[in-house]
Amino acid sequence: MTPADIRAEIIDILDDISPDEDLDNLDDEKNFRDQLELDSMDFLDIVMELRKRHRVQIPEEDYGNLASMNSTVSYLEPKMKDL
Amino acid sequence: MCPAARMPDRRRLSKRGANVTFLSFPVGPAPPRLSPERRPSVAAQPVIAPNLASKLPDDQRIVITGVGLTAPNGNDWYSFRASLLERRSGVQPYEIRYFGKTLAGVCDFDAKKHQAKKEIRRGTRAGSVGVYVANEAIAHSGIDWENIDRSRVGIYVGVTEHGNVETENEIFVIKGFDYDTSCWSHHHNPRTVANNPAGEIALNLGVTGPHYTIGAACAAGNAGLIQGAQMLRLHECDLALAGGTSESIHTFGIFASFNSQNALARHADPAQASRPFDKHRNGIVVAEGGCLYTLERLSDAKARGAEIYGELVGYAMNTDATDFVLPNPERQAECVGLALKRAGLGAEDIDIVSTHATGTMSGDAQECAALRQVFGDCRDVRINNTKSYIGHAMGAAGALELAGNLLSFRDSTVHPTINVDELDPDCQLPGLVLNETAEVPRVDYILNNSFGMLGINSVVIIGRV
Repeated sequence: MTPADIRAEIIDILDDISPDEDLDNLDDEKNFRDQLELDSMDFLDIVMELRKRHRVQIPEEDYGNLASMNSTVSYLEPKMKDL
Repeated sequence: MCPAARMPDRRRLSKRGANVTFLSFPVGPAPPRLSPERRPSVAAQPVIAPNLASKLPDDQRIVITGVGLTAPNGNDWYSFRASLLERRSGVQPYEIRYFGKTLAGVCDFDAKKHQAKKEIRRGTRAGSVGVYVANEAIAHSGIDWENIDRSRVGIYVGVTEHGNVETENEIFVIKGFDYDTSCWSHHHNPRTVANNPAGEIALNLGVTGPHYTIGAACAAGNAGLIQGAQMLRLHECDLALAGGTSESIHTFGIFASFNSQNALARHADPAQASRPFDKHRNGIVVAEGGCLYTLERLSDAKARGAEIYGELVGYAMNTDATDFVLPNPERQAECVGLALKRAGLGAEDIDIVSTHATGTMSGDAQECAALRQVFGDCRDVRINNTKSYIGHAMGAAGALELAGNLLSFRDSTVHPTINVDELDPDCQLPGLVLNETAEVPRVDYILNNSFGMLGINSVVIIGRV
């Protein structure tokens, strides 16, 4: 998957997790939590969906990489580039 | 045996329309019929309750001031009542994983009316049902919700079971991952804790008073109501949201289990599948639904000028202690008798008996045997069944079936048990209202039965205020 594919996948997951939010104006630089109403259970949903959809495992110590869209895509790129 | 003989005289006088006074409360002719939209004030309604509850101080008398519900044939109290009077069933074809095609009572309320999409996704169906009916009950009550002390609100939700839906869902999900439990949702625990349906209501409404569910099998709707009343009498809360909810149609297990028990209804016409008392009944139609009441102490209801829809004048719960599933008519009759005794009423005083009968061969006959013991000699009682329209809404059943009858206080009409083409002789009772609505001079007392597995029995008696 390309970085653009990964971003699209994260948007799709966020749309599932936060269906009331408008994701069109998401700022990829900003933390998700500064723009969206996400709590720790929601972040676990991102982890779970990546596991279910792509068998990508994200260890707990790496959760900090899921802070923003840019950091998430950067973190996932090596894990998902061959998918 | 008709225990009515204990306190019959003043009641019989009142039914003849004589103006007699008992405990300073006037007993007179029936009030004029009121359309649901016409809501007179408390003061405009004559208090006509010759029962023991009427001797209590107002802060110990518990009244219904709001009704919120969703049923397979109505998403508010008045449309539900209209469906019953028009004999409109809510049973429809239904399909669920593994079990396949069957029938069910399915609700079509708009969950998004009171919940964000995210709340719906994160929570459970029972939670959504509860949130919907709680909000509807509050709106119906006319309570100034924005200014109420929410630490003084209690939420008491009866449930037959909870957690099966989510557990089945998760097992289905991990099956797709070769049972890798790392794919088991982190939402499973908060969705399946037993207090979930009540807790979701508390979250949605910002209620910080007590909330919990009452696990009472299919007696739970009444049990929720009873719990709410008890907590009000103890001043543990000032407003109780009380009743029951059910999400049971979303678990294949309940269908499969009833089917294995040879107790799941089948019929070519879904609307005729639920047929309590009919000779050719063949089981239960599982339904979802919910009904919560706003309960208040009479003193508080009067103080805010609330409209009052009925008073809880008696209740009882007891246990068969005889079998996992088979009912015990002797214990059921004792439960009815205890509720009457506590209310200070005799069987003759009851105008409507709302039966629990689910459409099983054994259960219906056993309840009728119990009712025969208590009401067998009563001339004026009317006996009906609401499951014949909506199926068995499990934890919500008792609360919903009471709500279905409650407007009889105003319209003096008793909705019938439908689908009784050939009455089972074992279900023969005086006063059965079958297939056609019955007009009655007045309705002062409704007795509502709700029984469940493991031999749990509950009875509430609501009086007209």
